[in-house]
Amino acid sequence: MHPYLPHTQDDIKAMLERCHVGSLDELYSDVPDSLRLKRPYSLPKAMSEPELGRYFKTQIGDANKPLRCFAGAGWYHHYCPAAVQSLLLRSEFLTAYTPYQPEISQGTLQYIFEYQSMMCELTGMDVSNASMYDGATATAEAVVMAVNASKKRRRVLVSATLAPAVAQVIATYAAGAHITVEVIAEDRGVTSRTELEEMICAGDVAAVVVASPNYYGILEDYSGFAELCHQNKALFIVNSHATALSVLRTPGEWGADIACGEAQSLGMPMNYGGPGLGYLCCKRALMRKLPGRIVGATIDAAGRRSFVLTLQAREQHIRRQKATSNICSNQGIMTLHAAIYMSLMGAKGLRRVNRISAEAAHALADKMLATGKVVMKYPGHVFLNEFAVETVSPLTADALLKALEEKGILGGVKLTENSILVAATEMCTPDDIEMYVSTLNSL
Amino acid sequence: MNKELYRPLIFELSEEGRQGFLLPEYDYGKSTFKLPAKLRREEGPALPEVDEPTVVRHYTNSSGNNFGVDTGFYPLGSCTMKYNPKVNEAMVSVANIADLHPAQPADTVQGALRVYRGLEKALCEIGGMAEFTLNPFAGAHGEYTGLMVIRAYLLSRADEDRRRVLVPDSAHGTNPASAAMAGFEIVEVKSLPDGTVDVEDLKSKLDATVAALMMTNPNTVGMFEKNIPKIAEAVHAAGGLMYYDGANLNPMLGVARPGDMGFDVMHINLHKTFSTPHGGGGPGAGPVGVRAGLEKFLPNPRVVETDGGKLAVEYGEYAFGRVSAWLGNFSVLVKALAYILTMGAEHLAQAGPLATLNANYILNSLNDLYLQPIPGPCKHEFVFDGLRDKSTGVKTLHIAKALLDHGFHAPTIYFPLLFHESLMIEPTETESRQTLDAFIAVMRQIAQTAAKDPEKVKEAPYTTPISHPDEDEAALNPVLTYRDLCQATTTL
Repeated sequence: MHPYLPHTQDDIKAMLERCHVGSLDELYSDVPDSLRLKRPYSLPKAMSEPELGRYFKTQIGDANKPLRCFAGAGWYHHYCPAAVQSLLLRSEFLTAYTPYQPEISQGTLQYIFEYQSMMCELTGMDVSNASMYDGATATAEAVVMAVNASKKRRRVLVSATLAPAVAQVIATYAAGAHITVEVIAEDRGVTSRTELEEMICAGDVAAVVVASPNYYGILEDYSGFAELCHQNKALFIVNSHATALSVLRTPGEWGADIACGEAQSLGMPMNYGGPGLGYLCCKRALMRKLPGRIVGATIDAAGRRSFVLTLQAREQHIRRQKATSNICSNQGIMTLHAAIYMSLMGAKGLRRVNRISAEAAHALADKMLATGKVVMKYPGHVFLNEFAVETVSPLTADALLKALEEKGILGGVKLTENSILVAATEMCTPDDIEMYVSTLNSL
Repeated sequence: MNKELYRPLIFELSEEGRQGFLLPEYDYGKSTFKLPAKLRREEGPALPEVDEPTVVRHYTNSSGNNFGVDTGFYPLGSCTMKYNPKVNEAMVSVANIADLHPAQPADTVQGALRVYRGLEKALCEIGGMAEFTLNPFAGAHGEYTGLMVIRAYLLSRADEDRRRVLVPDSAHGTNPASAAMAGFEIVEVKSLPDGTVDVEDLKSKLDATVAALMMTNPNTVGMFEKNIPKIAEAVHAAGGLMYYDGANLNPMLGVARPGDMGFDVMHINLHKTFSTPHGGGGPGAGPVGVRAGLEKFLPNPRVVETDGGKLAVEYGEYAFGRVSAWLGNFSVLVKALAYILTMGAEHLAQAGPLATLNANYILNSLNDLYLQPIPGPCKHEFVFDGLRDKSTGVKTLHIAKALLDHGFHAPTIYFPLLFHESLMIEPTETESRQTLDAFIAVMRQIAQTAAKDPEKVKEAPYTTPISHPDEDEAALNPVLTYRDLCQATTTL
C-alpha cells in the first residue's frame, strides 16, 4: 500500500473481474515478452516522508551554500513578497491543466489576461502572449516569428551586447529554422551603429535584436535604430529583463516591433536558474504571428464577461507543422507569480525596487573604484543596477571571486580572466556592500 | 460564495495612492545615480494600485473559479493528471535552492547538482537510456531538443540528406510542429483501423532521406504498438533513428522501457508521469534521454561527475547547442526526484499497471452506452467515438460540458483526429474505485438523459461560473489587455 495508490487488493480483484481478465499482467498481453522488464527497477526503496525530509536536508539542502548575491547576468535576487508565495500554492491554480474548458478555468484565464495587460504596460506593446519558457527561448522565438512575418528574408542581426546564453539559444533555434544569424560587433560595450548600418544595407534582413539593459548592464541609446530597421523592412526586437522596464525607455518608445526577455526579475526566487518566465509582446499588426497561448475577453450566453484561449489557429494542435511554434504549455504558475507581484508592487513599488537596486549598484561601483583594485570595463556609459569592472593587475577575476566566496559573497559573474559583471538589488544591504569592498581592499 | 465578488479584474480594484509593498530604506551613502531623460520612460506603467488584503482576496476568490486535480477527478486523456503530492512542494524548500544563483561556483551547489544527476540517473533506469539532459522546459521543448540531437548526430556522420521525419497521423500536434522547428520535412504515416501504425505504409516511406520516426507507445488511442520490434528494425535498417514521445510513458512504468523497445532518443514529461503540478500550463519539464553513442550531442550546459567525486557544470564541444539559459526549470526537477524517492522502485513499478487497470475499468463500465471504436484492452487511456446512440444529436462537446456540472473535469475531446467524436479518457493510478464509480455513474446518467431529453444535455453546463463563452467573438474582435477592454465598443 502507498498513499498515492488507493486500491486495496479487494478493489483490484473486483476491477479485474469487470475487465474480464484474471490479472494485471493480462492487461499487457499485447506487449511482446522480449520487451518486458523482468526485474525490479534498480532504484532505491520507497522513502517515508520523514526519511525523504532527512535525505533532502542532509544530502541536498546542507550541500547547498547560498551566497550573498552580487551576480546577475539576466538572473537577479529580488525580494519575493510572502503573499505571492502563499497564493501560488492555491492548488486550484497549481494543479490545474491548460485552460481548455473555460467554464471551469476562469481563474487561470483571468490571471493570464491580467498578466498580458501588465506586460503590455511594462513593454509599451499592444499584445502579449501567455508567456514563454524563459527569456532566452522567448528571444529565439521572437527571431523565428520575425523571419516568418517577413516571409522570404533569412538574415537576422544580433548585437554582440546580448547575453551569450541568449545569443546561443537564438543560434540554436536559427539552425533548425534555416536562419542566418550575424553578430553586430560591439564598440566599447555598446552596439556598433556603423556596423549595423553596413550590415542592414546589404539587404535580406528580417530582424535586428538588441538588449536594454545590455549584457554589461549598459543602457544603450537606441535612438534611430527602429527607423533604420523599418527603412530596410526589418523588424526591431528589444530584449530586456522585466523589472528594468518600469523605469527605462520602453521597447515601444524605442519603436520596437517585438519586445521579449526574462521576467524572473519580478521577484521570482532564483531557484538555481529556474523556473523563470519568458515574456513575448508585439505590435498589434504582428498579433497573428505570435507563438504560444493568448487569452482574450468575451461574453458568455448570459452576457457575463468571460475569458477564453483565442486566436488558436496559430497553434500546433490545429496547424501541426505549419504552426507558429511547437509551444503548447507556457510557464503557467509563473505568470500568476508575475501578475500578483506586479499587483502588490504597482508602478511605484517597481520604481522603488529599481531605485534601491541602482543606488546600491552605484554605491558599490564607486567604492570598488576607490580601492584602485578595479576600473570600469566600459567607462562613460549609463547603467542601472549592473556593471562590468576590470581587475587591475596582478589581481585576477578568479582571485577576486574566490576571496569574496570565502566571505560568503557571490561577487559577480566572470566575463574574462580579468573582468567580472557585478549586480546589486534591494536584497544587498549597506553592510553587504561594505564587506564586498573591504574584501576587495584587502587583496 | 457570491460569484459576483470575484468578477472584477485586479485593475478594476485599483485606487490611486494604495500600495501593497514595503521596501527597505537603506542608506548607501551619497547617490550618484541619475537616469538621463532620453533613457527614461515617459510615463510609468499603468499597473494596479492595491493593498495586500485586496490582492490576496482577489486571487483567492479567483482560484475558486478554477478546477485542479485537488478539486476533483481530471480524466483528461494524454495529459496524465495524477495527484501532485504535497511533500514534493515541501522538498523544494528543504533543498535550499531558493537563493542559489545559477552562476554560483560548483563547490557551493553540490546539493543542487546531486538533484540533477540523481534524477538523470533514475530516468536513465526507467527509460532504458544511457544519459539524459534535464534542461528542456516542457514536453514540446524536449521533442525539439531530441530532434536537434538526431540532427547533430546525422550531420556528424555526414548524412545531411536525411531531411524527413515520419510522424503517425494519430500523433500529438507538437510532433510535426517540433520536427518542423528542427528543420525537418514531415511525412505522415497512416494508422490501421485499430489506431496502430500501418507497418506496410511505414515501410513504403523508409528510404535514405528519413532521419527519424516519432512515436508514442502506447499511442494516442491508448493501444500498445505491438509491432514495435519490427518497426524499430525497419527504421534502423533504413538508417533512421527511433524517437519516443514520452507523453504516454505512465502505463509503461514497471512493464517495459523505451530503450528496450528500440528507441534511440526520448523525452519524458515530468509533469505527467512524475507528478509535478501542471500549474495551469507550466512550468513543466521535458528531459531528453539518448542511447549510448548520442550523449555528446546533448545540449549545453551539462552536469558531469569529476575525478574527485564532485559534480560540475560543463560545456561540451559536440553539443548541438543550447535550449535554455541555465539548467532548466530546476524546482520542477526537485519535485520529480522527491516523487521517485517516495514511490521507490516497488511502487513506481505498480503505477503503470494500476493506471491501465483504472482505464480498462472505466472502459468496461461504459462501452454499452458509449461507442468503443477499437477493441480492448487499452493501456492508460482509451477513446470513445461519442455515444453509441447517434440519433440523439448529443455530441462529445455536450457530454464534456455536462460533466462539468457534476464536479468532474472533461476528458480530452476531438483528439485524436482519427474519429469524429473522440472522447479520450485517462484516469491515472491515483484515483480510487469510489471516484471511478462516481464518474461512471455520471457518464451513464448523461447518456440516459441524452436519450430522453437531449436538449437538457446540450444546454449544459448549468452550474459553472460562466456558461458558453462566445469564442468566435473573442477571435473576431480580439480584446487581449485591460487597455483593449476599456476601449472595446461592446461592454465586457
